[in-house]
Amino acid sequence: MNDTGRFSARDTQEDQVAVTRSGKVRVAALVTGAGLLLTACGGAKVGETGGTASAGGSKGCGTFNLAVNPWVGYEANAAVIAHVAEKQLGCKVVKKDLKEEVAWQGFATGEVDAIVENWAHDDLKKKYIDDQKVAVSAGPTGNKGVIGWYVAPWMAKKYPDITDGKNLNKYASLFKTSESDGKGQLLDGDPSFVTNDAALVKNLKLDYKVVYAGSETALITAFRQSEKQQKPVIGYFYEPQWFLSEVKLVKVNLPPYTEGCDADPAKVACDYPPYELDKIVSKKFADSGSPAYTLVKNFTWTNDDQNLVAKYIAEDKMSADEAAAKWVADNPDKVKAWLPTS
Amino acid sequence: MTALSATRGVAARLPARRYLIALALAVWAAGWALLRGHDTFALGGAELTPLHGALNEAMDAVDDSRNSNPLFLYFINYIRLFIDQAVTAVQALISQPALGRPVPVLGWLGVTGLATAVALLYGNRKVALLTAAGFLSFGALGLWQESMDTLALTLTAVALSLAVGIPLGIWAGLSDRFNRLVTPVLDFMQTMPTFVYLAPLTLFFLIGPASATVATMIYAIPPAIRITAHGIRQVSSDTLEAGTSLGATPAQALRHVRLPMAKQTIIVGVNQTIMAALSMATIAALIDAPGLGQTVLKALQTLDVGTAFNAGLAIVIMAVVLDRVTSAASRRVEVQRRAGRLRTTRGRRLEVAGVLGVAGVLAYLSYTYVWAAEFPVAANAGPYVRRAADAASQWVQDSLVAYTDAVKNLLTNQFLNRLEALLTGTPWWLVTIVAVVLALLVGSVRAALVTAAGLLLLVLLGLWQDSMVTLASTIVATVLVMLLGVVAGVWIGRSDRADTVLRPVLDAGQTMPAFVYLVPILGLFGATRFTAIIAAVVFAAPVAIKLVAEGIRGVSPTTVEAATSAGASTWQLISKVQLPMARSAVTLAASQGLIYVLSMVVVGGLVGAGALGYDVVAGFSQHQLRGKGLAAGLAIVVLGIVLDRVMRAATQRADVAAHGGPHHK
Amino acid sequence: MTAPSVAERSAPDTDVPPILSVRELWKVFGPKAESVVGSSLSRKELKEQSGCVAAVRDVSFEVRRGEVFVVMGLSGSGKSTLVRCLTRLIEPTAGEILLDGEDVRKADERRLRELRRHRMAMVFQHFGLLPHRCVLDNVAFGLEIRGVAKQDRYARAREVVGLVGLNGFENSYPDQLSGGMQQRVGLARALAADPEVLLFDEPFSALDPLIRREMQNEVIRLHQEVGKTMIFITHDLSEALKLGDRILIMRDGEVVQVGTPDQVVGAPADDYVRDFVSDVPRSHVLTLRWVMRPPQPGEPLDGPELGPDVVIRDAVHAVLSAERPVRVTDGGQLLGVVTSAEILEVIAGKAEG
Ligand SMILES: Nc1ncnc2c1ncn2[C@@H]1O[C@H](COP(=O)(O)OP(=O)(O)OP(=O)(O)O)[C@@H](O)[C@H]1O
Ligand SMILES: [Mg+2]
Repeated sequence: MNDTGRFSARDTQEDQVAVTRSGKVRVAALVTGAGLLLTACGGAKVGETGGTASAGGSKGCGTFNLAVNPWVGYEANAAVIAHVAEKQLGCKVVKKDLKEEVAWQGFATGEVDAIVENWAHDDLKKKYIDDQKVAVSAGPTGNKGVIGWYVAPWMAKKYPDITDGKNLNKYASLFKTSESDGKGQLLDGDPSFVTNDAALVKNLKLDYKVVYAGSETALITAFRQSEKQQKPVIGYFYEPQWFLSEVKLVKVNLPPYTEGCDADPAKVACDYPPYELDKIVSKKFADSGSPAYTLVKNFTWTNDDQNLVAKYIAEDKMSADEAAAKWVADNPDKVKAWLPTS
Repeated sequence: MTALSATRGVAARLPARRYLIALALAVWAAGWALLRGHDTFALGGAELTPLHGALNEAMDAVDDSRNSNPLFLYFINYIRLFIDQAVTAVQALISQPALGRPVPVLGWLGVTGLATAVALLYGNRKVALLTAAGFLSFGALGLWQESMDTLALTLTAVALSLAVGIPLGIWAGLSDRFNRLVTPVLDFMQTMPTFVYLAPLTLFFLIGPASATVATMIYAIPPAIRITAHGIRQVSSDTLEAGTSLGATPAQALRHVRLPMAKQTIIVGVNQTIMAALSMATIAALIDAPGLGQTVLKALQTLDVGTAFNAGLAIVIMAVVLDRVTSAASRRVEVQRRAGRLRTTRGRRLEVAGVLGVAGVLAYLSYTYVWAAEFPVAANAGPYVRRAADAASQWVQDSLVAYTDAVKNLLTNQFLNRLEALLTGTPWWLVTIVAVVLALLVGSVRAALVTAAGLLLLVLLGLWQDSMVTLASTIVATVLVMLLGVVAGVWIGRSDRADTVLRPVLDAGQTMPAFVYLVPILGLFGATRFTAIIAAVVFAAPVAIKLVAEGIRGVSPTTVEAATSAGASTWQLISKVQLPMARSAVTLAASQGLIYVLSMVVVGGLVGAGALGYDVVAGFSQHQLRGKGLAAGLAIVVLGIVLDRVMRAATQRADVAAHGGPHHK
Repeated sequence: MTAPSVAERSAPDTDVPPILSVRELWKVFGPKAESVVGSSLSRKELKEQSGCVAAVRDVSFEVRRGEVFVVMGLSGSGKSTLVRCLTRLIEPTAGEILLDGEDVRKADERRLRELRRHRMAMVFQHFGLLPHRCVLDNVAFGLEIRGVAKQDRYARAREVVGLVGLNGFENSYPDQLSGGMQQRVGLARALAADPEVLLFDEPFSALDPLIRREMQNEVIRLHQEVGKTMIFITHDLSEALKLGDRILIMRDGEVVQVGTPDQVVGAPADDYVRDFVSDVPRSHVLTLRWVMRPPQPGEPLDGPELGPDVVIRDAVHAVLSAERPVRVTDGGQLLGVVTSAEILEVIAGKAEG
């Protein structure tokens, strides 16, 4: 491109000489400056001061691929398990931030060893545990999942009978919004969960319209604003959830769950069943005899335990690892019970 | 072609078209009043049609063929390996511990030095300063490593996108047939929501950098191809002919005439590719792409606006730095030539050697010493930014909510609900007939055919009603975008001061991940369709504004002068001269605005828009809804293509009317 | 008044073979172009019936070595199409183009490129310069693509830049030059390849009148210096008359007349041409040959002597100041006489009988 420069007319050549000269001066200045910098500074060299790259890999634990699903409760489980696996079993833990579906796929591709808080997902269980046989259950986490319809505490206080599902129609007009076609608005949940809400509204003959909030963020914001602005909101929510320690939502009771009352999704007219949250591991991992597998299998704790760690993360803004370290330090006995016996 | 000109003739003979349009709308309204609720294909959130089930099974079948299909075994696996290696190499260089060291090869000092050197050598002093400040601010926000991860992934994806996109763009620029072939594919790539293919992608490219890079590339390649092709095409035919008359071979004409003359435009393409790639940073984090996106998503789990904003700010800064440097690079030669100081080869070599020498020294320092490798913790101003953003978000939510609620209710009840009622309440066949007739009246026979095919496809996909709900929001959002685009665009186009002040705001609107501001706008407007519309407008308006401003600035000064000397008032000048003359820019703004709005449909699904966006999100989250999610993604693509084609046909018709005859292509 | 026959005027140097000869050339734009060739329908009828435009129809002419051959006609008459057909920038539909006896239409890609690189070069109305290259690189472009070594092509380019008077602007870029200077670059680029034939497509119509005149003189000078054959397209009659050795007039794609400037002015082939030339000051174009008359008996034949090809304007003084009729002689042979009456008739612009 610049070969044209060589053929410049006389006057521009003079310019160029000037440019070149000033260029030289500048280069000289820069190089001396840099040299000064080099000699003037010293300090610790990389690699001298401790901090080797990898700590784990010893004691035959190897690498432990732990899926981390995007909600705080899960992160609490994962943080504590990862902390124990790393510090007490010497594993190299690789956390992978994944949505559930992708995490399950990871069993098939061999990239995920464990999911440590699973909410039912019967279809995925069928596909990966029963059909493809690449995953196995590793037992419950000890956490009890509750799903249902909730209102903010101020509403429960002001309208005490609202917690009985039978009275919902009485309050339908309270919940009217721009989205609900003149009916009451029932804010439906995070798309990750299978909901029966539309069928429930129909079968319980409620004067409500289901509006899809679309994300946990949207649900939490709605409830938070409801409590703060005293704005009526009723919607789908679940426990354990860190937000409940900020605003203690109150559950609305629908006709109680009985075995099989939700068999036909179109005809369902009862509350959601209680969930036993469980852990899923890859078949390969289960057969590997890794101490990390034993840890995952033995791991159980209560809703309160999880809520505490979740609170450290969500409200006290600790990093997941700090939160886990704190809880582990405070609960050595519980942790001991999870460790391999040898 | 003959059919086209025949109808043009017919259309010209018909009584004023506007009466026919009014008639069609009246028929629609009457149909709505009489037949409300019939044949509207309502489908609940978790309900499926047989097609959705079939799609589900088809996707499963593809998944399962993963280990037997030679395409995957021999082709995709190697691509994956290659991309993985490429990303890992860049990460080792700037972001992840490498070579058995606890830190990457280059620390903050080295990376900042190198980036500044590149900006200086290819841009100018101003952007070099900006680059240095930008990179230092990554450290100052406490996000050095995250930023470098994002940068590594973005740069790799951009490099690969350009390696694929520019040659294809050149091809599309040279060959009409290839251009026709590739255009719908690009439309598809740009409007198909990422969520639809994110999960399947990880099956083939596995969890990790390769999947994230491929997902990013799918979104970032189209602008590279389109803009390159445009650049190649717009090369003046006079110059090309001169080349041919001198006996240039096609290859020589490409190398010496087309490419150099299209260079500036191609760099604009590079620029847009970078922006598109960066806008995927957050979504790629859903499949474990490291970097700032992770920080944003993590923060969102606890509704931590401050932290999300902090990371979003880093993304915006990165976008602005990359944008300014590439733009400066494209203007560099031009600017120097005008200043009359194009350097000699020798002068340039000295300069390069000097600058690189200094950068090399900095790189060496950052390789060797801890202080230059790890950004000093003491300089972390992140917490302040976080607290300030938190406070601002809190204040906005608490104090503005009374007004915003009223605005939301007004607009929703007056416009959105009515439009939606009309679209969803009328039988599908009536909507289809009216839409086809309208497409015929404002556009062309082709547009009408596309409309008919598209709407029937929506019915087949089993998502008629959801599509109509999404369509209503999309139309309202696009109208708002264009209102803003024209008003702000004219303002910016006429005032350099407004341009200087507003441009960073526009850049921020375009590149700040929507996830960052979802919480405050959810607080203000609740989980509603209106919130989704606001998010779409925030994202799409900057593009429209920039394009309109560009068009206004492009109006020849002579014409403006002539109008002013004829005594036109400012308002007359704008409405009678500048806007009409910038019409093609306004059209482009509308079609780009539309595409951007559509690309936010899924984000809308996350904040209460329901319909197609929600279907896609749910399909990404629930295994049994995968097929429906795919169908919803297709429906979004169909909506995009139909709206785009009708809009284009309408402008073409307007052009023809304005120029008093058909112009040759 | 008797007009000399065309044959008489174009008689000289017919024995030299023409450098370019075009026979029955057709160019039809549109579908099924071939089928239109030979049609005798008018352009308008053709357009209505077949949707085709016959831009060039049945054009034949010959250009002699060293001649400036001007093609002129109104806008849309097919001049640009014709000149582009000569190097097949536009592919002709039918006919024959012989360059030094070689049929251009039969040349394959490669041969055609050779031809464009070495034998015919073109100057364009809108210059067609490469904006990203400086003057020198623009001029050297033709040499570059035919693979001339850098040293040699720059040496040649400098030479040509000097020839067109652009010394000192070698490193300027096109957008830093005025229109006239840009066209000089276009001219230099065409000259650089040292072609046998130079084609000009309305090269000066984008320039203002003063610059245009200057450039016309430049072309005349160059023609004298390098003696190239030139085919020059224009719609400006005065330009055609000034530059052309011979002029071809086109209308709606067809040839209306071919002849020397004075033939065109003195003996327009039809009303179209007559209209065209009606504003031309005839005394500037016509020669004594066109106004002389046989001596009348008894007229004194001892007046001053002038040649038959002297332009009237130049003879005015001699004729008016002579007391006796001026004798028009060619090689001592008396062709006729001219008196002030004939001269005044032309100057007063009496319509031709
Ligand atoms: N590519 C084309 N396709 C169709 N028609 C064409 C094309 N190029 C030229 N024509 C038609 O051919 C005719 C001759 O055009 P041409 O450009 O040769 O005229 P011209 O004499 O050079 O006019 P001008 O003085 O305006 O340059 C015109 O009627 C024009 O419309
Ligand atoms: Mg022309």
